[in-house]
Amino acid sequence: MREEKTRNTVHARRAVAYIVLAIISFLCLFWFYVLFINATRSNGELGRGFTAIPSTHLIENLKNLMTGTLPVLRGLLNSLIVASLTAFLCTYFSTMTAYSIHAYDYAGRKVIFTFILTIMMIPTQVTALGFVKLVQGLHLEDNFIPLIVPSIAAPVTFFYLKQYMDSNLPGELIEAARIDGAGELRIFNTVALPLMRPAIAVQAIFTFVSSWNNYFTPSLILHADKSKTLPILIAQLRAADWLKFDMGQVYAMIAFSIFPVIIVYLVLSKNIVGGVSAGAVKG
Amino acid sequence: MKGKKKSAVVRYNRWGYIFLIPFMVVFVVFQLIPLVTTVYNSFFENFMSGLKQVGPNFIGFKNYIQLLTQGDLLKYFLNTMIMWILGFVPQIILSLLLGSWFTNPQLKLKFQRFFKTVIYLPNLIMASAFAMLFFTLFAKTGPINSILVGMGLFKEPYDFMAHVGSVRGLVAFMNCLMWFGNTTILLMAGMMGISDSLYEAAEVDGATPTQIFWKVTIPLLKPIFIYVVITSLIGGLQMFDVPQILTNGTGDPMRSSMTLIMYLNKHLYSKNFGLAGALSVLLLVLTAILSAIVFRVTAKDEVK
Repeated sequence: MREEKTRNTVHARRAVAYIVLAIISFLCLFWFYVLFINATRSNGELGRGFTAIPSTHLIENLKNLMTGTLPVLRGLLNSLIVASLTAFLCTYFSTMTAYSIHAYDYAGRKVIFTFILTIMMIPTQVTALGFVKLVQGLHLEDNFIPLIVPSIAAPVTFFYLKQYMDSNLPGELIEAARIDGAGELRIFNTVALPLMRPAIAVQAIFTFVSSWNNYFTPSLILHADKSKTLPILIAQLRAADWLKFDMGQVYAMIAFSIFPVIIVYLVLSKNIVGGVSAGAVKG
Repeated sequence: MKGKKKSAVVRYNRWGYIFLIPFMVVFVVFQLIPLVTTVYNSFFENFMSGLKQVGPNFIGFKNYIQLLTQGDLLKYFLNTMIMWILGFVPQIILSLLLGSWFTNPQLKLKFQRFFKTVIYLPNLIMASAFAMLFFTLFAKTGPINSILVGMGLFKEPYDFMAHVGSVRGLVAFMNCLMWFGNTTILLMAGMMGISDSLYEAAEVDGATPTQIFWKVTIPLLKPIFIYVVITSLIGGLQMFDVPQILTNGTGDPMRSSMTLIMYLNKHLYSKNFGLAGALSVLLLVLTAILSAIVFRVTAKDEVK
């Protein structure tokens, strides 16, 4: 009897779970659906209110956007350059830092580890003033170096990789490579890095996305049209008198910034969702 | 093992320091020096008055006094906190609920991959583009008003951007939407780390699912829960992209959605380096204090 009752409550709870999940999924996807629909409609059609069926003006909107006043293609290229290089440098050197703490046993190792965890708490914004002054002093405004190079010191990425390394890079392996006569840098590049590949891939994706999405820092140092990244162009679009805009183009611009990430995400989602929890925090 | 191979270890340890160099050099140049400059600037009067440059003159703590007594710092702090709490409370409830469902072996939910993929999706969206999207969707002439009026829920279009509650609500909603998937996955990692035997034992003792949730899951989840709260709080203090783009940097209506970082950004743009520096230092101190409070509160619970 009790079995029966338990089974029924499980059924009921499962039903509730599915309903709530369906509603939440709807709330997550609805906005992007509307964005897609609206990006396919002309300004005139958009003025007549919302419909749920896509129209035929997507190509036209994109074409208008490319030939319009915002340097969209240049922005896309700039964003790609900054985000890719940031992802590469950040993951390579964070792995190196993690390797230093993991594989060696020198004086001050623990202190340095604690120190890196402490500076993890410092928000980038509180050093922005000094950062801008430094960039101005070095004449690096409108240059991508101040956006890319600082990612070498990324405590969060370091911490993730360190956690992963603790459970996936046995010391015996490093010892074996040493007995084979490999140099330390070579061991790092040919033994440690390949073993870390899954974790590095996850962190590369995250670093890429956060650099791609970053608005605060780039907006402080990129002023020339030719160096602007996509988030700055979005802000420019918002600051413009948007009612005078062709709304089809506005939606196309937003879609242009959002959908590439969504597509890449859907392709790689298995790695990403698994990766968030894999080494990030130990419960 | 380490003791046995001490001589070899010492020989190689030099490389430990070498591998630290890139991190340390970049940290010093791009974080430590800017931090010191920021603190240094906070003690100087240094701003543009029209086209005339004032300062830099050393004025001690006057920037701090001015910030704390004259400006709207407290107001912006409260704005930030209100919007954070409005977004965080539903976020953590939702995440706990979804996490416990996904990890519950009894429920055996199907399509888990699909749901996880969907709830994590908003986290990767460019916050500025997402805010711009909401701005256009919730505009007076936008599709949301068109839908709501069409359904007969509203008699006439509602100006979401002109009301304190709706602007703050939208910011909080967007933050919640962008972060609950991430929180769910983090909490799930903690929940899956809890041994099945504990759940089985509780079930044998006749505990209800609700009891199991509060008496087994929650206490064992504490470390990861603390982590989630702290990181979200620190992230909340840094709230910028969404309200900045949504309100075009004004924080309207009546600067009710102006956050601390938006305020900082304003000073940086107007080149008021003294006040910007003082505000940065206050934010840094605030971040440190808030993390310490959360740590202490949760540590006290642990003793009980």
